[in-house]
Formats: sequence, C-alpha cells, structure tokens
Amino acid sequence: MVDLAKLADEARAQADEPASLVMRFSADEQLAMDCGASLAPWQIAYQTYGELDADRRNAILICHALTGDQHVANPSPVTGKSGWWEFFVGPGKPIDTDRFFVICANVLGGCMGTTGPASTNPETGRPYGVDFPLVTIRDMVRAQAMLLDRLGVSDLLCVIGGSMGGMQVLQWAALYPERVFAAMPIAAAARHSAQNIAFHEVGRQAIMADPDWAGGRYLEQGSRPRKGLAVARMGAHVTYLSESTLHRKFGRKLQSREAPTFSFDADFQIESYLRHQGITFVERFDANSYLYLTRAMDYFDLAEEHGGILARAFRRTRTRYCVMSFTSDWLFPTPDSRAVVHALNAAGGAVSFVEIESDKGHDAFLLDEPDMFSAARGFIDAAARMRGVT
Amino acid sequence: MSRRDDPDYASRKAAFAAAGARSDHLLLADMVTPGARVLDVGCGDGSLLALLRDLRGADGRGVELDRENVNKCLAKGLAVIQGDADADLADYPDDAFDYVILSQTIQATSRPKDVLEHMLRIGSKVMVSFQNFGHWRVRLDLVLRGRMPVTENLPYSWYDTPNIHHCTIRDFVSLCDELGARMERAVALDSWDRPVRVSLPWWAWNLLGQQAVFLLHRS
Repeated sequence: MVDLAKLADEARAQADEPASLVMRFSADEQLAMDCGASLAPWQIAYQTYGELDADRRNAILICHALTGDQHVANPSPVTGKSGWWEFFVGPGKPIDTDRFFVICANVLGGCMGTTGPASTNPETGRPYGVDFPLVTIRDMVRAQAMLLDRLGVSDLLCVIGGSMGGMQVLQWAALYPERVFAAMPIAAAARHSAQNIAFHEVGRQAIMADPDWAGGRYLEQGSRPRKGLAVARMGAHVTYLSESTLHRKFGRKLQSREAPTFSFDADFQIESYLRHQGITFVERFDANSYLYLTRAMDYFDLAEEHGGILARAFRRTRTRYCVMSFTSDWLFPTPDSRAVVHALNAAGGAVSFVEIESDKGHDAFLLDEPDMFSAARGFIDAAARMRGVT
Repeated sequence: MSRRDDPDYASRKAAFAAAGARSDHLLLADMVTPGARVLDVGCGDGSLLALLRDLRGADGRGVELDRENVNKCLAKGLAVIQGDADADLADYPDDAFDYVILSQTIQATSRPKDVLEHMLRIGSKVMVSFQNFGHWRVRLDLVLRGRMPVTENLPYSWYDTPNIHHCTIRDFVSLCDELGARMERAVALDSWDRPVRVSLPWWAWNLLGQQAVFLLHRS
C-alpha cells in the first residue's frame, strides 16, 4: 500500500531541494519571460546520463510532457517507480546512454525542483502560488538553453520529446536553429487545438472549484485541492487513451463484485482505475503547476509569432526532423503532425514523418512501442553518423 | 555534362554498379546533375535516394507509403515522409525541386495523370521509369496463355497486385502529349538491361523495351 502522506511530503520537498542535479541562477542572471516578468533568482533541476564526448557533439536533450519530470531513466525519488522513458533511454536503448550524453530538465513552472509555483518566493519566503508569472513553452526552452550554456553544451545532436515535450522540440528548432542538429517531435503539434484547450479548461476549473485550492494559497494553509486535481487528472487521463484500449482493458467489467450495487460506488473497473489515477497523482503533483503547465500548452502557437505562417518559423532551417504520430491518438492526431511536416517541406527542411500504428492513444509515446523505437534508433544513429559521433 | 561537373563520375559509378546498384537506378543517376534537389515519389527503401546522394551529392527527399520502408530510409539518414503520392503531392510548393522522380511507382498510383501533373509543377524536371506493359513477353502471355501476365518484373497475380495502372511506352508518350510535357530524353532497356537502339521507331521500343525511363519538363 502506498503511504500517501509520505508521498506528498516527499513531493513537496522536491520543489526547493530536489533529489537531482540543480543549476542555480543568481539574482543578476534573470530569465526574461514572455509575459514580461523577469525571474531571478531561479533554478533548474535536471538529470544527465552518459558522458559528454571530448568535442561535445553527442548531447541529446529530452523534453518531458505535462506531468513528466527530469527522471527519464532512473527511479522517481518520489514514487520509486522506474524512469518514465526507461524503455527508450539507457545503455543499448534507442537513445543509447553508452554513446550519447542525455540531459533532461524539469520544465519551468514544474514542481520537481525547477522554479515554479510551488517554489519558495525569495521575496516573501512563502511559496509563489499564483504570484508566479505565467509560463510559455518558449520560456521553458529559454531556461533549458541557459542550463546548456552553463553545462558547456553549445549545440545538440538531437532534441526529443513527446506531447508538451514535442512542443518544446519544435520551439527549440525555431528559436535556436543553429543549436539543433536533429529534432524529433513525437505526438505533438505546432499549436494547441481548441478541443485540447477545452479539456485543459475543464481540468483547471475542477482544481479552482475545490475550496482547498484557497485562491492558489493552499500550500501556506497546509492543505491541497486533492479532489479538484484528482478530477482534472481523471478527465485528462481519458484523453490520453483510446476507445479501443479502454474496451480491451476494462470493457464493462465490474470491480470486485458480481452485480452493480445500485449506488455511485466505483462499480465498473474503469471507474476504479480512474479514481486510482486521480488519487496517486494528487500526492506527487502540485495543483498550481498543473494550472501553469496546461496554460503554457494552451498558449502555444508557433505560427503566431511568425505572422500566422508556420513555414516561416522554420525558414532556412538546417535541422533534420523526424516527426512522429500514432494512429489512435485523438489528442494530438496525425493531421497535427502533418501540418508540421507540410510547413517544414515548404521551408525546404529535411523532414521525415512516420505514423506508428498503435491502439493505445496518445499515451503510446510513453509505452513499449517497437515501431517507434526502430524508427527513432535509425534516425538518431544516422544523425550521429552524419555528425561524426561514434 | 556529367563529365565536366564530376570528372571521376564514370569510375565512381562503376564502383556502385559493382556493389550491386540497380541498372535502372544508375540510369537515373546519369540524368541527375550534381548537387541537385531531388524528390523521389514512392522511394521504397531509399536505395535510389541514397545512390543519388552518394554518387551525385543530391539533396534528396522521399515520399513512401509503407512504414517499414520509411524506417529503412531513416536508418540511411534520408528525409522521407510516410505518405501517399495521390494525396500528398498537392501540398508541395511549385518549383521546389530540380528533379521529381517516379521510379517504378506510376502503376501503383490511383490517379497517375494527377500525380504526373503535380510532379511537373513541383519539379523543374521529372523522371519516370516503369515496366513497359507493351513488351513482347507481356503480350505473349496475354495472347498465348490468355492470362494476366506474371513475370519476373511483374510478379503479382491480378487479384493481389498493388499495380493498378499499368501502361505501355506508347500509352505513356500519349499521356505526356496530353499534359503538354516535353520529352527531353527517353531510354528503353531490353530484357538484358541493354538500351534499345535510339534509331528504332516507337513501335519497336514498345515491343522490345522491358522498362522505360523518361526525362520530362513543362513545355
């Protein structure tokens, strides 16, 4: 049985003093944010795997998704569960840590040690809460770039990420084209769709409707909007799956009972599963971070900063791209990826596109998908060859 | 032209031929100028694109329907989009490439005429190669056996073939006329991969050519 109180304490501790590497930026090393704010001092928590080679050409940056973190290939210090992309990253894996220097940082606005709403505001000594400035995908990328500067990594062999991580990948290629040799956005889009903004808004309203949210000041009061965040997670989780996965895993099966109870108990297995997803999530994730990061995704529209024409975001790009989507993903469906491919084509970019057949929905990018791995391995190995990485 | 731009082309080509490069691919490579931008529609496992890159320094892109073939292209370091010639060519801007190639693919498209029209729009030049359905062996199969031809180069039975739009050299030439495409070069290869003599008339090409390669451009 999971000790939820202990889990919550450990998660809370990560915000300021994470169990990972941390790069700290002083009061005169401001992070200029899109909303106009300047963040200082601030910090970014990260993990690295493998060794940077002598000519510094083998660095791969992994960008995590909405509820991910920097612990790609090591057990989570909070839940003890294995790294969220251990299928994909490690010795001999497609992202081979025997050959590549892999970096993953907690995003700006996150709750695993990079400055965010759960971090202590140095001006007040209390958690930022909703005083934290609104974060964009571009802000996350700028923060990562400052980390790489500090690490002495001037350019990247590849930037890889799925979902919100894929948005960061596209933003990296558009913002720092000369620093990105290859880019692999997976199950992502160049802008967040109206449907996805709608789902996020439902989740945020659930959090803010919980009295324990306390206007965003719950950490100071020693409470948490558990019910609101759990509902947000339950709703979002459905969007990560697919009808066929739900049918295969749960169908209409009942949960440890022979017949319906004629009540609002979790009679069905799918209800019980979603409740469990909700309950475990609220202890490890900060509700305000959830608000900020979903907002960052909503605001993402790469074409917008280029006069509405996506191809201009990639003008004169020399980066090599491998765009990937999954057939059953209805959150970031294949046409979203194709729109990116068309723009890159129009910009004359070296772009590849693969649509992986899977019935596992959006979540497929986090799962053991051999076809995704073989495509990624081929792309990354070829990029390494072209760059002279052994 | 090739000799002037690339003095040791012949010897390097011979090395690729010795390493097993396909004769129709080498013929296409002859027609491509060094460093050209090339789009290969229906690029398969990417062997032609890789040859054009390695032998001609071409900057290549591909479109391929089959995901496993796309993965093979990725592993060769090629930029290839999983997609459909019939659906996806419309998205390419005008004059985006020096050459657009349709190698042994035209017979598998559902609207060959539209595909060819888009290719002529996207590329300054267009190269098309196909198995000639007017070749004497194909004709013999149909006439003597009364069966749809199944040969080494056309190995499918009628009910499971991906090739839905076979054509003869004569058919293709008349389609080019209809589209107003200029024929810059045409080569037919016989059953032993030898070029059919240029001086022979079209009907002879149509009979003796097992496969044909055309270099076209907009008129």
